[in-house]
Parts: sequence; structure tokens; C-alpha cells
Amino acid sequence: MIKFILNDKEISTEASSGMTLLDFIRYDRHLSGTKIGCREGDCGACTILVGQLKNDEIDYRSATSCLMPLGNANGKHIVTVEGINFAGLNPIQQSMSDEGATQCGFCTPGFVVSLTGFCMQKNYNDVISSIDGNICRCTGYKSIERAAMKISELLKDRNEINVIDFAIKKKIIPEYFSTIKKRLFDLSLHVNGSGGINKIDSSVFVGGGTDLYVQKHEEMVHSVSHYLSDIMGMNGIREENGKCIVGGSVTVTDLIESSIIRKIFPHFLKYSKLVSSTPIRNMATLGGNFVNASPIGDYTVYFLALNTSVLLKDGKKSREVLLKDFYKGYKSLDKLPGEYISEIHFPIPGQGTLFNFEKVSKRTNLDIASVNSAIQITVKNEIIINVNVSAGGVGPIPMFLNRTSEFLNGKKLSESIIQEACLIAGEEISPISDSRGSATYKRFLLQQLIKAHFISLFQSIRPEKLQSAYEEY
Amino acid sequence: MRNIDSFTHTKGESVYLDDIPLIAGTLFAAVYDSPVAHGKIINIDLSEAKSSKGVVGVFTYKDIPGENQVGGIIADEELLAEKHVHFCGMPMVLVIAESPELARAAAKKVKAEIQVLHIITDPREAKEKNELIVPPRTFKCGETGQAWKNCAYVFEGRADSNGQEHLYIETQGAYAVPQENNSIKIFSSTQGPTAVQRCCSRVLGYSMHQIEVDVTRLGGGFGGKEDQANVWAALCAMGASLLKRPVKFSLDRMEDMRMTGKRHPYSSDYKIGLDRNYKILAYEVDFYQNAGASADLSPAVLERTLFHCTNSYFIPNVKATAWSCRTNLPPNTAFRGFGGPQGMFVIESAIAHAADELGISSSEIQKKNLLKTGDTFPYGQIAESEANECWSKAEELYGIEKLKSDIEKYNKENFQSKKGMAFMPICFGISFTKTLMNQARSLVHIYTDGSISISTGAVEMGQGVNTKILQVASQTFSVSTDRIKINTTNTSRIANTSPSAASATADLNGRATQMACDALLQRLLQIAADELKVSPDQLTLKREVVCIKGIESDIDWKKLVMLAYVKRISLSEHAHYATPEINFDASKEKGHPFAYHVYGTAVITVTVDCLRGTYEFESIKVIHDAGSSMNQIVDRGQCEGGIVQGIGWMTMEEIIYDKEGKLRSNALSTYKVPDIYSVPKEIQLHFLNTGKDNLAVFRSKAVGEPPLMYGIGAFFALRNAIIAFNTSARPSFSSPMTPEKVLMNLYPKKILEIESKN
Repeated sequence: MIKFILNDKEISTEASSGMTLLDFIRYDRHLSGTKIGCREGDCGACTILVGQLKNDEIDYRSATSCLMPLGNANGKHIVTVEGINFAGLNPIQQSMSDEGATQCGFCTPGFVVSLTGFCMQKNYNDVISSIDGNICRCTGYKSIERAAMKISELLKDRNEINVIDFAIKKKIIPEYFSTIKKRLFDLSLHVNGSGGINKIDSSVFVGGGTDLYVQKHEEMVHSVSHYLSDIMGMNGIREENGKCIVGGSVTVTDLIESSIIRKIFPHFLKYSKLVSSTPIRNMATLGGNFVNASPIGDYTVYFLALNTSVLLKDGKKSREVLLKDFYKGYKSLDKLPGEYISEIHFPIPGQGTLFNFEKVSKRTNLDIASVNSAIQITVKNEIIINVNVSAGGVGPIPMFLNRTSEFLNGKKLSESIIQEACLIAGEEISPISDSRGSATYKRFLLQQLIKAHFISLFQSIRPEKLQSAYEEY
Repeated sequence: MRNIDSFTHTKGESVYLDDIPLIAGTLFAAVYDSPVAHGKIINIDLSEAKSSKGVVGVFTYKDIPGENQVGGIIADEELLAEKHVHFCGMPMVLVIAESPELARAAAKKVKAEIQVLHIITDPREAKEKNELIVPPRTFKCGETGQAWKNCAYVFEGRADSNGQEHLYIETQGAYAVPQENNSIKIFSSTQGPTAVQRCCSRVLGYSMHQIEVDVTRLGGGFGGKEDQANVWAALCAMGASLLKRPVKFSLDRMEDMRMTGKRHPYSSDYKIGLDRNYKILAYEVDFYQNAGASADLSPAVLERTLFHCTNSYFIPNVKATAWSCRTNLPPNTAFRGFGGPQGMFVIESAIAHAADELGISSSEIQKKNLLKTGDTFPYGQIAESEANECWSKAEELYGIEKLKSDIEKYNKENFQSKKGMAFMPICFGISFTKTLMNQARSLVHIYTDGSISISTGAVEMGQGVNTKILQVASQTFSVSTDRIKINTTNTSRIANTSPSAASATADLNGRATQMACDALLQRLLQIAADELKVSPDQLTLKREVVCIKGIESDIDWKKLVMLAYVKRISLSEHAHYATPEINFDASKEKGHPFAYHVYGTAVITVTVDCLRGTYEFESIKVIHDAGSSMNQIVDRGQCEGGIVQGIGWMTMEEIIYDKEGKLRSNALSTYKVPDIYSVPKEIQLHFLNTGKDNLAVFRSKAVGEPPLMYGIGAFFALRNAIIAFNTSARPSFSSPMTPEKVLMNLYPKKILEIESKN
């Protein structure tokens, strides 16, 4: 039995926990404002809000309902456009109407829901990022930007204490939202988390589901799954003995909002904006990204450069595996079927250790990388004393560039060393041609991204010099 | 005035095909489509599919009650494959089941044995093998053969533009409901309700009057649902007529991308000749259109490529030939611009080529050759040009000289980042090039309570046509917009409609509505005149009140309507509009095919990261000839949306078919359209409101397609930035200019080095 609140209504359903929330909303509840555009989280027409109790407050985040298993709605407040509607238009809807931000209208409810979610964020800054997961094929976005700016204005005089009350006062959301906190609490008494997985079976572990539901949609709908978000104790981020420990079901948004992560990586938000979109980041887990084993997984490549290890559990035993040893071949892992990632560990880098992440894709945002790469490097007195370089999209697995890293270790930092490193990197990769670029392009792009790492991190490295060796055009 | 649909759109209450409440007993369709791009069908085994859970019917071409034919212009397209398959995604078997999921599961159990035949994906190969959809066509003016010797400079080259996926966010779909007396009602997500009606009647062997097609709205069309909505409607109609139950088919995204055609890729050869002052004297071009496996609308698209092969330039000697080449891809189809953009890309490439070689900026050549009023197009029509007005206004309003010098300065000061700028003038003809299609009808009813209902042949797909039609009625009657409702587009109310296409929908249906409202108004004023005992020419309607010489009488709108009803005067009018003046003689390839042209100039600026090959568009600044825009919100929206779609076509939207004819860019994860971050940071738009008379509705020129072509400038701006970094680079004229192509073009030698090593 799955229990949650859908708009203003308590739901308790026997429907398959593997079915998508989108299908449940549209075809079981007949709420047709949530649209189907792509069923792979790439268009945002099905965006909904997911409200969850956190520290005695409700935290609302957007999600693409096409990738969200009904099972993950358990104990939460799910908001569709119908749950936002008044008799007239709310200020978001009014701004969209006034600015001509809706043409064919099919993507519009998704934008309205995303923007409503924005108005319920405690720490808001950039209204545009709240709609970075919504694709519109008609307007060219300028009218939507104009509407979004008006909405951002609305929040200017907000007292930060209670964002829900403020949104109700401004008639952005209906009155009933004030009752949700208590109702969710009551609900939580009935839908306790499972507290851990005790039984090893063949069922699938689902984190955010953001890739499983793209790759194996039909299988997932009928699968019996374990929803890792239900397991207590897998959600935190903490520091321990010089290590950062991230729970297996921590989402990317959790990472972005974590003060620990922000302290370690001051540019984490900037890098994260290159990875998928707000609603996907709200759902996707770091553990899921690792287990998915995509050769191009952005966070996998990111964390490969950090000496990261994963703690695998099967309900009884646990073991730790270095992330760079986790990948055995294309989509093949050092992981038994009953094991799941319960924690992710990485040593917190010391003062003076630098980090950079690079990604190039056909479309800069919300796209799969052609090539991505990360570097962690410590330089003392111009000597590289420790360096890890990783890259994705250049082989069957997300790669730790062993030889390149080894070569650079102990060398004096200079343009010519970087150029040599690029050539060595070229020898340890084996990219293939696909829709994200030809093999030749990927080879060259990785060289460019390695150069970009050094140009971004070291002012002493001069781009003119770095490129000139090759540039007899 | 705001878009009248924006209220229900923003609340999620607008009804699209998949939102129509289902009738009990509704079944769902799925198809088994060919996994092979070209082959002979040896055997199809349906046994497993038939016994699959929830299956109600499994049908092949043998079960088609009427004709197995869905070709519109040419009867060359089977609904379900008979002996051969001609593209990956060609429907072979129709499966009907109790749920969409069960139907799809059963379709997967069909087993087809297909002997693979030679697969052609390249239009040049098709041309060599004489695989042509129609005989080639040539537009000619002057004598290019004579002109070359007068040219100081002659350049020859090749230009290739890729296709484009429509990516309407609402996929294709239809819902067919059997009615009494062997009739069927079909809800369809189509731009051409009559095309659906005609196609279904042919497939079922019904007369057209047995089929009623109803369209509320589309979640985007862009040309993709002009002809290609027919197949899904025909399959549903077939299932409904065979099983006597409602049948629905709403395609999922991958089915839609795999099975439907897109914008035509073109490969072209050009030769351009200029005199010493950079006047273009002669232009020859051969267009190889990649039509896909059957005609669809390709011959008409091909024709418009020829019409727009000289864009907004006057060239005295032109010879343009176009081949429609049959390949083993899904039949390519209409897409905003309809062949025009492909033609314009080639002339712009030829000009850029000349500019590269002459060491000047393209804009020098572009500006010098703009059409003037009185110039003749290669097809004989005399231009009423705004090209120079738009260009000069852009230069002046946007401070182009300063922009140019800023860019030069930036490029001097930055090594790793370069800016590029390009001008893109446009000229686009408005009217269906097939003259007979330029007709429309409008049915206006006034009810006794004073409310008004309007039906036309126009399909609302986001372009705001319903808003404009409502404005026409509201202004003609001088009544509040609240009194007026625009109805669904329905073939029983409005017959023989032309599709909502060619940017002409508001002109044709708006004019017809204006005529119907005018006729009703005249009748009503006559009644008021009788009642008030004055002459009708002294009367007007102002804000819902009859005025005598401008002074309000005591007859208001509601009273007037009731008076007419009491006097048994008709409160309904059905008006017919046919665009005057237009003609075209295809045997001579000359005539006056367009009611008018739309002009404009865009200036686009991009910054390229020369380390990574990525780029950001800084701005696009446009002067657009809108005639006298009747709705600035709607027209601005069309311009901004068209521009971004055009930039997408030229930059990130990359259709990839492999050698086997399989679509590799088959989902939103592999086919990228612009998102909110990838559009130009700034879109400045200024309407050139000429106030001149024209054949547009309320003199408000058509705006649907022309702005897309401003996006072509994106390609050339990128190219200019690449050359700013690497002055010896000569990026080929091959769109889209993806970050991959940018990087490869920035470092051609380096790329060769890597290629030779691996």
C-alpha cells in the first residue's frame, strides 16, 4: 500500500509501486494538466512538486514525474498544476499570460509548476535555474524569461521565516498548503521507512530512478524494487576523520545545498549546473550515478579524481571498494546483485589542493557529455606533488587516467609537460564515434579539456604557449 | 491583446488529444514498424502477437477496407507495407489491444523476415541512380551562360544543410470513434483536418461525408502535422471501422521520432559570379533534396526552395535546378520555412565563400545586392521590397559600426575567445505556392443572447491564430471579446480546408471571418436603420451600441440581435475568401505566386570558446517587416520562437542516420533543441510598421515562418568567429555547426594529425 497526499487529497493505493507517478496522475487520477513529452526527463512537461518533511518543515522540490516511481511518492506531498490552481490565475500564471509566455501551451503547466516550486524555496536566487529542466519549442524562452523576472520580483519583500505562509499570502498557492505539514506528519506514522534491507533477493535497487526509468522503462514498471530513499540513515552528509561521507541515497541537490560540500568545493554549484537539470538533480542520487556505470557519468568522473571509495552492503556484510576499481568493463561492476551502495567516502583535500571539472556537450546544459574530465592536483614550489585525472566518454567505463596522472606526478609544472600529458592521455583512451561526437573529436576534446584544467587552475600557464606547439594551422 | 488560450494553458486545462476523456470500450493501437530501411518482405509471423495478452485485433495491409494508400501529392505511400519496406520505421502491422501498454507489448512479438536490399541515405547517390520523386525543375532568368564572362570573380562550391526534427512537445496522435450509419468521428492532432478526412476516406473506402475530423488544438506542429498526422488517424479509423469500437493511438516520443519525417536535408552545388563592385551578376545552383522514401510534400517543398534561392537579393542571371531524391529515410515533410531556409542557406554560403576569397565581409556583398521595389524575382513577380529599409534601419538603430569595432577590439585583446557577427536579411513569399490552396471559409453564428461562435479552417497550434480571428470579429462588430468563442476546427462545419500552414492561416481564415462578420454587420445595420428610420450609411456599431452619425442610439448589440431574430433575418453567415491577384504557370515557371513578401534583417553575434569549441550567442537584433502588426504579443512571440528554432537548426540540432538508415538521434537525450540557457542572451526586435496596404488580414503581415530564417545567421556568425581565431580556416558550409564542428574547424591541422595516428 502506497500512501501520500496528492494536491489536497490523501491517497492510498494498491497500484504497482513501479509504475511512474506520471501514469498514476494522468490515467489513474485523471489529472491531465501534467503532460507527457518525452518520458525520459528531458522536457519537463510532466514536472510536479514533491514535498517532504525535513527538520519540521516541508521542503518542496520539482521532479519529472515520468521518471519517478510511484513507490518514491510514499509519505510525500505531490503537487500537480491542478493543486496550484485558483478560480482565477495565480501571479505566476498571470505573468505568463501577460508576457505571452505560452503559445501552444503544452509545456506551460510544467513551467508553472517549476516556477511555483521556485517560490517555495527557502534559499532562492536564480529564477531561471528553476526552469532549466523545461523545454519549450514555441516561444524561444524570452517571454518566459520576462515572466520569470516578474515572479522573482514578487519574492523581494519576503520574510524568510515561512516560505509556505508567504506563498499562501501572495496567493501563489492555495490555502490548503498550510495544512500539509500536519497531514504529512500524520502520514509518516503510517509509512515508516523500512529501516534497512535485510533480505537479499533479485529485486532492483532504485535510487532516484532517473536513469533506470529511461533505460528500462517497461521492466521497471513491473519490477519489485527496493526504494533506497526509504532506508533510514542513507541521507546524510558528514565529516569524519578527514573524510567526507555521503549517504547512498543523497541527491545531487542535497550535495549542492550541503555546507560541507560547498566548503570543500567552492564551485560545486557551477559544475553542477552543467549536469542535467534542476528536477533531475532533485531526484538523482550520487550512488545511482556510480552504479549506473555510464562511461560518461558526470559525477562518477568528478568523484573518480577524489580517491573516492564506495561502501557496499547486502544487509549483512559490508565492504569498501575504491571507485576506480569499481568498474570492470562496460556497465560491469565489482558488485553482487544483492549489494547496494550505502555510503560514499572521499578524503577531504588539504589546503592548497586544487580541483577542476570540465564538460563539453552538444548543448551546454541538460545534455550528456561528449567528453568530461576532472582533476585534483597539488603543486608545491612549481612541482606537481599529487595529481589525479579522470575522464568520461573516452572508453567503455568512466576512466581514471592512471598513466597520465602518474606521468604528471613529480613533474615541474610547465606548458610542455601538459602537452606531453595530453599525448599520454591519448594513448590510454579508446573513444568510439556516436551521436555525441566522432572518436577523433573526443580524442582532441580530451586534450583540450586537460589543457583547460591547467589554464583554469594556474595563472602561470599561458594559453598562447600551450596551444602554439600545435598551431601551424 | 493576450493569447486567448493563455488562461487554460497556464492552468493546465487546455485539452489536447491525449486529454480527451475516453469513451468506455476504447481500444489502443500500436504498430510494428520496419527495422530495415529497404527490403523485401519474405514473411510476417503474427501468431505470437495475436495470442498476446489483451490483443483484440492484429491487422496487415490485407485487412485495409479501402485503398492501401496515404500519398497526398503523389500516390506513392502505403499505409502498411505490402511487398517491400522503404524506410526504418515504416508501419507494417497494426495491433489493437485493451491498453496502450498491451498493444505495444504485442507489437513487439511480431516476427518479420525481411531480405535487405541496397539502402540509400545520400540524395546525391539517389540522383545518380535516377531515384527521383518528380522530374527536376528549373527556375531561370537572364542567361547565366552569357553572364559568367562579365564577372570579375566566380566561385564554386558545395553547401549542405541537415534536417530538423519538429519536436512538437505533444507527439502525433488520433482517436477514432465509430458513429451510426457507417460514419466515424476522428479527433486528430493535425494541421490539416481535410487531409486527414481525405486520407481516412480513401483507406476505409468511405465517402468524405462519412468522416468527421475534429481538432481542438495542437501542442505544436511546425509543419510536422501537416501531412504526417494522416497515417495515425488512418490506422485508428481502420481499427475503429473493423472492430466497431473507439481506437486511440498517441505515439510515444521514440515512435514519433523514428517513424515520422523531418525537415529535408539538402546537398547543393553553387556557382556565383560578381563584378568588380561586388554586384552579383550570375548564380547557378543545383539542389539535391533528400526526400526520403516517398513524396509526401517534397515536390512542394522543392518548389519553395527554388522560389527562395536568391533570398532577398536581386540577381539578373539565375539558373536554379532542384532534384527531389528518393532515399530510404522516413518521408521528409513540411517544416516551418518549407524549403525556403534550405535555399537561403546556399546563397548565403555562396556569398560567404566569395567574401572569404575577396577578403571582405559578407555584409558588403549582401548590402549591395538587396532587392529594390520594381526588381524582378527569377520567377517573374515584381518585388515590393522593404529589404533596404530593414537593413538600413538595423544599421542605424543597433549601432552596427560600433558593434563591429567592439568585436574587432575584443578579438585583438583575447586569444582564447573570439566573437563573430553576421547579417541575415530575409525575404519570404506569403501564399501557398499551389494557387488553388489559397482559399478559406468562415462560419459565424450570432445567438439570440448576443454571443457569437466562429468556426474556420484554421488550426490553433500556438501561433495565436484563434486570438487573431477573435480580434477580427470583435473589431468588425465592435463587441467585447467575451462574447466571442472560437470553435474547434471541424470538417463538418467547415469543409475542404487548406492546412494551417504556409504562414497564411490568419490571412486566409481571418479574411474569410472578416467577410462573414461584414455581411452580418450590414444586415444588422439595415435592421437598425429600419427601426430608427434613418439610412443605414449613417449607422455604425461602437462598443456594442448602434450610433447614428457617431451618436449613441438606444439600440445596443443584444437588442439589435433580438430585433433581427424577431424579423426572421439570418444571424448566421458562411463566407468564402480566395486570395486575389495570385497566379503561377508551372510550365513556364513564371507568375505572381505570392500575395506579398515579408522582409527583415537580423544581426547576430556569438562568442566562441576557442579552447573547448563551445559558444554562446550574445545577441540577435532584428528589424522585421510586420506590415501593421495587429497583435504585438503574438507577433513578437512568433518572431522570437522562430529565431530560436532557426538557430537550433543551424547549431545543436543534429539529425543522425547511420548507413543502415537507422535514426541514431532518436530521443531527446540524443537530439538537442535549444533550452533556456542556449538562446541568445538578448533578442532585440523592432517592427518595421510600414502602414502600406497589402493583402494581409488587417494589413498585419504573416509572421509564422519568416523569422526562422534569421537563425541562419547563427551559422555564419560562428564561422566568422572561427576565422577570427584561425585566419586560414575555411569551415565548410555544412550545418549544423555543433561544438564538435567548431572545434574541428578551429584546429583542422591538429585534427588531421590525430586522424592519421588513429
